[in-house]
Amino acid sequence: MADCNETLRELDAFLDSELSEETRVAIRFHLEECPDCFQAFDFHAELKLVVSQKCKNDEMPPGLLAKLQQCFGDPDEPTLGDDPFAATDELDAGPDGA
Amino acid sequence: MADRTAFAEEAMQYAPQLYSAALRMTRNSADAEDLVQETFLKAYRSFASFQDGTNLRAWLFRILTNTFINTYRAKQRRPVETDLDDVEDLYMYKRIGALQSASRSAEDQMFDLFTDDEVKRSLEELPESFRLPVLLADVEGFAYKEIAEMLDIPIGTVMSRPHRGRKAMQKRLMDYAQARGLVPTPASPASPEGSTETATHG
Repeated sequence: MADCNETLRELDAFLDSELSEETRVAIRFHLEECPDCFQAFDFHAELKLVVSQKCKNDEMPPGLLAKLQQCFGDPDEPTLGDDPFAATDELDAGPDGA
Repeated sequence: MADRTAFAEEAMQYAPQLYSAALRMTRNSADAEDLVQETFLKAYRSFASFQDGTNLRAWLFRILTNTFINTYRAKQRRPVETDLDDVEDLYMYKRIGALQSASRSAEDQMFDLFTDDEVKRSLEELPESFRLPVLLADVEGFAYKEIAEMLDIPIGTVMSRPHRGRKAMQKRLMDYAQARGLVPTPASPASPEGSTETATHG
């Protein structure tokens, strides 16, 4: 059982599907009983959706797709096994390269 | 993944997403273009180390994020990373949560209330330590664990960022909406209908 304060505290983690099963069930149970909390959760779920939709609709510059295609180069070249997360080479890399 | 052509093909379908994310990170199209190209070059060079069964999308986003942090961020003359002002919980909801009419869905109304540009700006104006977690969680839908790996920070740190970042975005968005006269500029927030036993609802 969760009260309103406990429920609202978990709002972000709930929307991000980051709660333990037990907490998630407790929150769901509260939302079914409490229209105020339900409305607040619903509002933020919609907001998250709107933010997501509006932030990923950029058009790629013409020609970029072709340039990216070239990045994959000649399929007959030998493959390398570089560590993609290594701090790189010529570009002055930051202190932590993972 | 044995077949490099298939790998390239699959990777290419993520190009638009990666470009949008790169734009939010670098905040200008020239750098975003370079960043995505560099990401694809690294992906290609690392092809042989790519493990079958790995989530390719997450892998590409990790390269993108990592490249941004290690190169572009270092290059950009970034201002001292400012902390976020504290914004009250449920900032936007307390102001417009009750304004929704029953006739239209909340999503449609919210979708129309803010322009694409305003939403993008509200995200891009966040300090980087909040911008990247919000971008990766809200826009790209990655799990906190994946975000922690991408940003190379402890998961406990990731967990606190979206909450504060979102509140700051909400504040900005409300400022934009108020500036355009779409919502009243109140000294005090409009109180949502119905009061509860707790003070948290407004």
